[in-house]
Amino acid sequence: MRPVLYVASFLAVMALAFWAYRENYATQQLLKDVSALNRQIGGLRESLAIQRAEWAYLNRPDRLRELVNVNFDRLGLLAMTPEQFGTPEQVTYPPDPLFGMMIDPNAAQDELIP
Amino acid sequence: MIRTPLRPLARILEARRRGENPDSIERENLRLRHEAMRDKSRARAETRLLCLGLAFFTAFTVIGARMGTLASGQPMEPRSALAGTEISANRADIVDRNGRILATNLRTYALYAHPKDMIDPARVAVELEKLFPELDAETLERRFTDGRSFMWIRRKLSPEQMQAVHDIGDPGLLFGPREMRLYPNGHLAAHILGGSTFGAEGVHSAEVIGMAGIEKAQDDRLRDPGHPEPLALSIDMTLQSTVTEVLATGMQMMNAKGAAAVLMDVKTGEVLSMASLPDFDPNDRPQPLLTGDPGDSPLFNRAVQGVYELGSTFKIFTVAAAMDLGLVTPDTIIDGKTPLVWGRFRIKEFQNKNYGMQTVAEVIEHSSNVGTARIALQIGALRQQAFLRSLGLFDPTPVELVEAPGARPLVPTKWPEIVTITTSYGHGMSASPMHLAAAYATIANGGVKVEPTLLRRDVPVNGPRVMSEETARNSVDMLRSVVTKGTASLAEVPGYEVAGKTGTADKPNPQGGYYPDKVVNTFASVFPASDPQYVLIVTLDEPVETTLPTPRRTAGWTAVPVSAEIIRRTAPLLGLRPIAPEPEPDHLLAVRN
Repeated sequence: MRPVLYVASFLAVMALAFWAYRENYATQQLLKDVSALNRQIGGLRESLAIQRAEWAYLNRPDRLRELVNVNFDRLGLLAMTPEQFGTPEQVTYPPDPLFGMMIDPNAAQDELIP
Repeated sequence: MIRTPLRPLARILEARRRGENPDSIERENLRLRHEAMRDKSRARAETRLLCLGLAFFTAFTVIGARMGTLASGQPMEPRSALAGTEISANRADIVDRNGRILATNLRTYALYAHPKDMIDPARVAVELEKLFPELDAETLERRFTDGRSFMWIRRKLSPEQMQAVHDIGDPGLLFGPREMRLYPNGHLAAHILGGSTFGAEGVHSAEVIGMAGIEKAQDDRLRDPGHPEPLALSIDMTLQSTVTEVLATGMQMMNAKGAAAVLMDVKTGEVLSMASLPDFDPNDRPQPLLTGDPGDSPLFNRAVQGVYELGSTFKIFTVAAAMDLGLVTPDTIIDGKTPLVWGRFRIKEFQNKNYGMQTVAEVIEHSSNVGTARIALQIGALRQQAFLRSLGLFDPTPVELVEAPGARPLVPTKWPEIVTITTSYGHGMSASPMHLAAAYATIANGGVKVEPTLLRRDVPVNGPRVMSEETARNSVDMLRSVVTKGTASLAEVPGYEVAGKTGTADKPNPQGGYYPDKVVNTFASVFPASDPQYVLIVTLDEPVETTLPTPRRTAGWTAVPVSAEIIRRTAPLLGLRPIAPEPEPDHLLAVRN
């Protein structure tokens, strides 16, 4: 009985050693992957910062104003002024599609009958 | 285990036979047994102690060895740290109230040299001079060959320049990474942002430190690694750009040498726009002037540092103080006959007018010096000082700029009655446009004190009450009548109910007295008058309006039209709907009713 126990425990130790060996290398590989990913994240963050700076630079008010002036023929953009505020009375009331059909049944039928 | 009986029968019998006490045999055996037990447990305890000692020894040895390796080894970043808890090494960005970038960082490289590793110093010097014209080849070569082992060449390189230096191909030229502060909007809000420079520099990094403006005032916050989120200012970039554009045009049209504008939210005290002209590019901050008046430098922030006599804009404070003390009402009649003689001083009106008897509201409408002086004399020096102090006109403004604490208002040290008189209409005492904005905001905010800030605040301030709500309401109404009937008629912007007060102050001559033809024109306005929300201060330095043969230098002709244009352009951006004019009464209906 005792020799069987010895052999079994020896085999168990060998198996555990093999497992620990593999875990060790797997962990190191994962750490390498993590640091590679972190480097990648850092690089992407940096390029994001550059993109944001570039976006801000391209959208600076001076440049936009110049572009508006250059493209005035096509776009006709003007500065916002108080006159551009309208009153509700200036907006025509949209016809109710359902109600419109009801008061003009001929038009509706014309559409239905080709 | 063989256990020895305590009373072995053979020995007992033997003892009895000899007439001895058999109990002594039992005691003897008991003693022996106890000794054996004691020896055994001692041996076991000793073994245990030894084991424990060994365990402790091993544990402490392992910990000590680990500490030793940690202390003597190279520091290493933890590789398995969780994301999201990272500390930012960058200086925080500065954004406007809507999150648009005002200042950010850009990765760039600095160029340095190890001359001892250089293969051909002469060629490197010539090549570098070709790339960077400001460098001198001879100086470079001399410094490359004088035996030093390290030298800086340039602090910032663009990627193209870096590639060109790479192409020189000398192993003695090296690059160190740098964070460069970038202000993508150029001149916009230059005085607020200030600028930045490099602090301690190393090969691998350099610290970026604020040099002026909010960059310096909030330096600790911006550099704090625990606060990587951007710093949100109260400034709105669109408004700032519009105000600066209109102000620059106005300054040019009015032939002024400088101008400043402050636009403030009266509920929160947030400065939505603050412009000072001439300005500069914070990416390339100019050197301060070494000679002449520092106030002429583009670095000078007129809105905060420019401490001027603000003239008649102060009159409303005198009248508000008198109304709050219950001395007058808007309808009280004031004697405004000129001149008011006080000792050897004669107080007169602009263009030697004489308004005679007038109501308090008319004193403000006409901008009557004599009327204001009479009201101030009723108030008295002490109460006048207390009121001005409560409006914050005696202390530096609390805005978050490094220049602000230095811009202390110039207040007369003694306060005889003549100072009471002159201060009542804004002469003899100087304050900055930012002070004026805060004081007008306090009136517009229903009399609750407003402290200006450049940081986004969002919640209304809950300051101390400076004057009653009724006084504040009446003051705003008087300011409104200045625009509808008085000196600031050009400020009328249809739909926005502008209320305000003009101020024209002669510029003091450093040699004493005042310049005859140099003025500082100010227009302090509040809009819309029925529910004041914003305060706008416009100051023009030495303006002159020359469309007529006689040049005009009063604020009503210079600062007022510029302010009106700023309000016309900014109010829609602020989301203010123009208030529709009262409809014409229908005569038919009126008759029928």
